[in-house]
Amino acid sequence: MKLCGVEGQFERLPAPLPMWRASVDLKQWVGAAMAVKETGGRLLSVWGTDQRSRDGHFVISAAYAVQEGLVWLALPLGESETGFPDLSTVFPAASRMQRAMADLLGVHATGVSDTRPWLRHNAWPANYFPLHEGATGDEHFPEYPAEEYAFTQVEGDGVHEIPVGPVHAGIIEPGHFRFSVVGEKVLRLEERLGYTHKGVEKRFEQTPPLLGHRLAGRISGDSTVAYAWAYCMALESVVGVKTTESIQWVRALLLERERIANHLGDLGALGNDAGFAFGLSQFSLLKETWLRQNKKLFGHRFMMDCIVPGGADVSFSKASHDELLRQCDEVERDVHLLHSIYEEHGGLQDRFIGAGRVPPSLAAELGVCGLAGRASAQSYDLRADQPWLPYDQLDVQMVTHRNGDVAARAITRFEEIYESLRLIRKICEHLPQIMHQTKHEFAHLHGYGIGWVEGWRGDVLIALELYNGEIRRCHCHDPSWHNWPALEHAIIGNIVPDFPLINKSFNLSYSGHDL
Amino acid sequence: MWYVLKQIGRIGIRSEDPPEVDNTLRVEAEHIQSAILQIIGQALMIRQVDAGSCNGCELEIQALNNPCYNIEGLGIKFVASPRHADMLLVTGPVSRHMETALRRTYEAIPEPKLVVAIGDCGCNGGIFGESYASCGGVSNVLPVDVAVPGCPPEPIEILRGILTAVQRRPPDQSKRNRLMDGQFSPRYN
Repeated sequence: MKLCGVEGQFERLPAPLPMWRASVDLKQWVGAAMAVKETGGRLLSVWGTDQRSRDGHFVISAAYAVQEGLVWLALPLGESETGFPDLSTVFPAASRMQRAMADLLGVHATGVSDTRPWLRHNAWPANYFPLHEGATGDEHFPEYPAEEYAFTQVEGDGVHEIPVGPVHAGIIEPGHFRFSVVGEKVLRLEERLGYTHKGVEKRFEQTPPLLGHRLAGRISGDSTVAYAWAYCMALESVVGVKTTESIQWVRALLLERERIANHLGDLGALGNDAGFAFGLSQFSLLKETWLRQNKKLFGHRFMMDCIVPGGADVSFSKASHDELLRQCDEVERDVHLLHSIYEEHGGLQDRFIGAGRVPPSLAAELGVCGLAGRASAQSYDLRADQPWLPYDQLDVQMVTHRNGDVAARAITRFEEIYESLRLIRKICEHLPQIMHQTKHEFAHLHGYGIGWVEGWRGDVLIALELYNGEIRRCHCHDPSWHNWPALEHAIIGNIVPDFPLINKSFNLSYSGHDL
Repeated sequence: MWYVLKQIGRIGIRSEDPPEVDNTLRVEAEHIQSAILQIIGQALMIRQVDAGSCNGCELEIQALNNPCYNIEGLGIKFVASPRHADMLLVTGPVSRHMETALRRTYEAIPEPKLVVAIGDCGCNGGIFGESYASCGGVSNVLPVDVAVPGCPPEPIEILRGILTAVQRRPPDQSKRNRLMDGQFSPRYN
């Protein structure tokens, strides 16, 4: 079988989406990256695993999204080898992932110019690698001194730097932004992330596989449904458990409700950041009502822990169907009204249009994905590209725009709300009258699995390796990895006061990225 | 503009009653003298710091600003500078990379100050625990006055924790009624 230009022994993983896994050699590893790039595929993630105690070497993995589905290539390194061919020359998005891998696993891409640490600041020394088999993860290095991080300097007449963060002026996550500006104009932005790194991937190795969905659901709280589903999909595909159709309908319902909740919140915040407080109060009220409905129907405002291995931990009645549909009508009416108010508001549109532009060509180069990608003509939406059950019965209409500015990301959110409301109405026709909690047998906890789900921000990926009933490696990938670098480009030439607005229009996850 | 005003009129006032205080949330009951609380409890400025949370708690803290909870109507405001703050509201676990920034923020807040830890992770490290990358709960780094459990705690519980920290009395019903009659009056005396 030939995939990604590689003729190899591809193993089809028993997942609802088409996914393959194969071991490759160095030549195929390099060739595959080129072939994927040439055929318009995307690099999803790069990560590594320490298999020295069993196989005597490290294994580097790359996941690609190609037309046929997802391809997971595993490259076993030679004995005592810690270098592998760099992917960032083909896919720039690989650069930070490779730096993170060097911090956590001590395996480096060879020949790269940027060897600065990425996720490691001062919590542990350069010779400690949390993802090594020998590391317990509970080590503590209190006396380790902080290292200076070499930000790129911009020189010239009147250029100065504005350092912002890690503590930001608002109720948001921590990260550091270094602006180089002339007057108000931004010449360059450099991000420094990793502040919320809390050892999630090592934590997975200490977590029983059947409880992993709880940890996955807390990688990025705003995407808890997407992560929990991705984890469960990965686990179910390792074990070969096939969930019932009604479970899948319920999961899709939760995912679409999560998408709408986040879009409502963002649209309000975008209005507020452009000085239109009315937008924030209206949308935040809609979101609050939406979350309260979640609490009432599913027991949790963000639907945390509602998706569980083999099932969905929610109960249903006919009355809940009616309530869901009624709320869709109410929200749709209000969103339409607010949409026209936003569209006709001159001051708001003046701030939105042209701000933080990521042109389609740049978005393609950087591999911008998800919502931000679709606002820059990157037409990828897993629900439409690789429709798995139940999306194969829903005919999801992907929303795309070409302008790539704040306005485009706002419109994309409006239109995705309408589409998700349509999907929820369709899903309601298929929801079970009573949820049957089927008990699945999770007996053979050994092997590889992948979960791949289109969350509200973009596609989240969870690659799971179980070994004799334990999690040996669980790699979690947030779409923010691809989109943070795009923010650095989007701000160039804009004024500093527009940064909060532009940043909000991406609304990327720090926690999902830092792990 | 007409549509904006019409929508404001149609939605109306949605503010709800604030919760009662819950003294079981108190961690260090005598950290601040009640006499001081009578002064700083009236108009409360909060500096929020995410010290490594999954952002779930942030969503619920942000929700406090929505019309239902309307905390600015209670005289409580989130501020950007720790120098303006009376209270530090921390979500966690405290990642080791945020430990210094959190300490510095705490030090920048003038005395007397209160610390409220939010969420299971803020209380004790939660699902992330203590590790090479995580210090665990906020109290491992700073003295905590009130800790609000939950994953994430709902906005009303966060508000209860904040009000408990300043030991605020529940609102006087007669004053609320006057407010409803259209007379301007703060929701607390």
